[in-house]
Amino acid sequence: MDISKMLEELDWGPAPESEKFAREFLSRFGPEHELFIAGEWYENAESERFSTRNPATGEVLGDLIQASDADVDRAVAAARAAQPGWAGLSAHQRAKHLYAIARQVQKHSRLLAVIETLDNGKPIRESRDIDIPLVARHFYHHAGWAQILDETHPGYSPIGVCGAIIPWNFPLLMLAWKVAPALATGNTVVLKPAEYTSLSALAFAELCASAGLPAGVLNIITGDGRTGAALVNHENVDKVAFTGSTEVGRIIRNATADSNKGLTLELGGKSPFIVFEDADLDSAIEGLVNAIWFNQGQVCCAGSRLLVQESIAENFHQKLRVRMSKLRIGNPMDKAIDMGAIVDEVQLETITRLCEQAVDEGEQMWQPDTQIPKHGLYFPPTLFTNVSPNSVIAQEEIFGPVLASLTFRSPAEAISLANNTRYGLAGSVWSQDIDCALEVARSIKAGTIWVNCTNIFDANSGFGGYRESGFGREGGIEGLWPYLQTSTITAVGKEVDNTEVIAEMLGEHSGESLDRTTKLYIGGKQRRPDGAYSLSIKGPDGLVGEVGRGNRKDVRDAVEAATSSTTWASLNAHTRAQILFYIGENLQLRREEFANRICAMTGESTEEALNEVDDCVAEWFRWASWCDKYDGRVHETTLHGLVLALNEPLGVVGLACPDTSSLLSFTRLLGPLMAMGNSVVVIPSQKHPLAATEMYQILETSDLPSGVVNIITGLRDELLPVLAAHDAVDAVWASECDMAEIQKVSCGNMKQTWAAAGSVSDQELLRRACHVKNIWLPHGI
Amino acid sequence: MHEGKRNSGTLLDIEWVNSIRINRSALIRRAANLPARRAVKNEHQIAWMLQAIRCIDLTTLAGDDTPARVKRLAKKAIRPIRSDLLSALGLKAGRIHCASVCVYHNLIDAVTDSLNGSSVNTCAVSSGFPAGQISHEEKLHQIKASVAAGADEIDIVISRALVLAGDWQSLYEEIKDFREACGDAHLKTILATGELATLRQIAQASIVCMSAGADFIKTSTGKEKTNATLPVGLTMVRMIREYAERSGNIVGFKPAGGISKAKVAVQWLAMMKEELGDEWMQPNLFRIGASSLLGDIERQLEFHLSGRYSAANRHPMA
Repeated sequence: MDISKMLEELDWGPAPESEKFAREFLSRFGPEHELFIAGEWYENAESERFSTRNPATGEVLGDLIQASDADVDRAVAAARAAQPGWAGLSAHQRAKHLYAIARQVQKHSRLLAVIETLDNGKPIRESRDIDIPLVARHFYHHAGWAQILDETHPGYSPIGVCGAIIPWNFPLLMLAWKVAPALATGNTVVLKPAEYTSLSALAFAELCASAGLPAGVLNIITGDGRTGAALVNHENVDKVAFTGSTEVGRIIRNATADSNKGLTLELGGKSPFIVFEDADLDSAIEGLVNAIWFNQGQVCCAGSRLLVQESIAENFHQKLRVRMSKLRIGNPMDKAIDMGAIVDEVQLETITRLCEQAVDEGEQMWQPDTQIPKHGLYFPPTLFTNVSPNSVIAQEEIFGPVLASLTFRSPAEAISLANNTRYGLAGSVWSQDIDCALEVARSIKAGTIWVNCTNIFDANSGFGGYRESGFGREGGIEGLWPYLQTSTITAVGKEVDNTEVIAEMLGEHSGESLDRTTKLYIGGKQRRPDGAYSLSIKGPDGLVGEVGRGNRKDVRDAVEAATSSTTWASLNAHTRAQILFYIGENLQLRREEFANRICAMTGESTEEALNEVDDCVAEWFRWASWCDKYDGRVHETTLHGLVLALNEPLGVVGLACPDTSSLLSFTRLLGPLMAMGNSVVVIPSQKHPLAATEMYQILETSDLPSGVVNIITGLRDELLPVLAAHDAVDAVWASECDMAEIQKVSCGNMKQTWAAAGSVSDQELLRRACHVKNIWLPHGI
Repeated sequence: MHEGKRNSGTLLDIEWVNSIRINRSALIRRAANLPARRAVKNEHQIAWMLQAIRCIDLTTLAGDDTPARVKRLAKKAIRPIRSDLLSALGLKAGRIHCASVCVYHNLIDAVTDSLNGSSVNTCAVSSGFPAGQISHEEKLHQIKASVAAGADEIDIVISRALVLAGDWQSLYEEIKDFREACGDAHLKTILATGELATLRQIAQASIVCMSAGADFIKTSTGKEKTNATLPVGLTMVRMIREYAERSGNIVGFKPAGGISKAKVAVQWLAMMKEELGDEWMQPNLFRIGASSLLGDIERQLEFHLSGRYSAANRHPMA
């Protein structure tokens, strides 16, 4: 013991956490782990196996089963068998089970933390102080949802068997994010952890079993992507929840496209971290440490793009370099380590490759002269300054401790740069000017915005993305919705056969009325279809009229018009309401005329048609009324501050209307989209489009800004796939069409799709017409 | 003890002072996070605790202080640890002593007598300590008198009213006068942070005091309702860094009041190392104003050596 020397040097020295108890616990399983199915450990004698390693040392921690198709079958069957019983428990009984799990996690928190760090390589400080406490919090919170589900969600039922696939960066936390809401809502689960990091999930299974969770409610199967694929594709899985890369998310979207499976995806990100000149710069630096050097940067919402105001950029970068030099990299089991090991060699290679590529592009890389262990998988904290937006380092998700810094001149430019990405998971804004901070927070297209903080999570705040970062939320009330359904899901598949009614291009006019040329409605103007073709619309008594046969260019133009129409979303809700009321009022004035059109198209009685028009007037009033009443929430979280859950418009939505009650269904689906501030490209009923086309004039005379509603008539099968594939369209509501195809072509930008049904409640329509952005606003004096 | 160049001060840059921004909630997160990120264990912990002793301004500021009591304290400051513990740690006698003994003016004599020949400094509180509610002239007089009486270090209190009013110019002049009155004695400016309104004000007052030539900035008198807390310390330490970057002048830091546990003292040292660097872990740039802290460190040291939890009566009292 050379205290004298230590007194000279005053180094940190090692501060190791003991691995003893975790190793004892793991040794109870033996070196060969099994699958957790139907409440028991199970192994098929012929199982293929693979090793899981400690990335900090390379040591093999155990052998895991590569679950086969038969194993997946068995797990899904167990979940299926358990589901009715689980859903049949009273809310209170389910709450007690979830509460027991929460208690188990809390009681064994250090054990789970040490296992997590052994298997994943993340610093023990993070698994101990962040991951595991959040896991316990998630189960407590959802024990609460289970208890009060009947009151909060009357008329809803669970979806059934959920297949969950989770990543390796927060193994147990991602498990909690999937399992807790699924179980709270009466679903059962088959979960596949990432192949690099399965041990904490297996330990968790053991804790659940000892807490008395009924057999089959939670099943855990290990394996790589093959097992994941088998789970995703299994016909008895009703819902798939995935967290991971956008690349794999796209594969899953494709794989589930021709099924009725519910799907939520929490995917990648390239989140902006914006620092204004009036920010508390030292605190912003610490924020960055938590943004990009948390978990070695292997965080989907990592603040990997620093946007810093030009006036302070040099000073800020200098402060940052000093701070980076202080980061300690090494044995993750050391309590005073800032960065542990990268999870796997493959990941380390990817990080290295992307950095090399950026250097080849001429970007300036800087790394501190910090000691890094010779063995194990480590990568130093890395800074690229003055990066151009077109660099690989500014565009690609690196999933490593690499920060790309760009500068901006004005708040407006900061917003543009922030949104100049395919992703939309999160963002962080640093400014002491509340006006600026809030305006920027609202302008960033992302699911979570942290103001003067970063990477803070809570079970009561929904986490999830905009754009190619996926859809669905995890946490909060918004996180329950993907696990609940109101009625039967509309079956996917081709519902209508194609257009015998309008296949004929020419028909005979009845000759009674003036020939009406119905054009398309794009950008507030009536426009001839690009292709200069028309389609005849027949009623029971022959030709009723003609409509333009829109083509892909018309779709393109309509989306362009909808995209440029940005005022609608920024209008206040009262103004939007006034316009929707006015549309209803103007429709009322022309009720007979509309009724006649409907009669001519459908042959229904005047009374029936008048009723439909009256219903439509009521619908416009309904959605006008909702404009300023579908409020966001202020979430109660562990933060000292406010967490605002805002209902933001999806953006540009493609809407394909059904034929049944053509005007009413048009109104009922369009209304909520407009009420929430979306711009819409509508393909009206193919069979009976003439009531919708009659709406052009009503919309024109009701002060609706141009481009908010665009209507393209024609063949649904020609138009809808173009719309669904369009990368500037944010969501598609489609009915009476081949949903499988729509879901497949939606993969380009991972837009959300919905087999739209006007029969669901107002609340559900509104919920689907927007997505939730959570803005975290800590405060203090 | 007084190594290196003293802070020469700078002109007062009001624009700089006004541009200071502190985000309280973010700063508090960092302050809470810092000890969790920087645990110091085992032998290193022993070394750090010994270093904490070297940084202690062993303080007594009570109405019932007597020359005899203060002499005992001074002897304790010279030899703070039982010699058997010291030799078990492989350290020579005299290697570990406190930085100074800190008293009221009329006890300076008693301290200097007892400290004669040691490397421990004499420190006096001044300028109407603790409230500072006397005239400027009286304050200057007090400082000069204490320096004349043999104080090596003067801990003054600032006029809180000037901070609350944002009168930076007057504060600057006040401290500049104090510094001049100190002569060769080192000046520690006590911000009495428990009586300032916001962390931003604390940061602004820190910059003004340093610009006026303070050798140290210090958190508290120990008499306010709240004493030295890590968030306040972090605020001040960041300003020391900022001031050093801008002016090239090095200023020390002294948290005082309420620091009574070895573990907490190590946390403060960790903050100095992490935020400012190793040179700020030395007594010429870091002090802890404390009285009962030493006793806790003694017990912890014995525990590390014996493996048994120690008791207060096994260590000589002051």
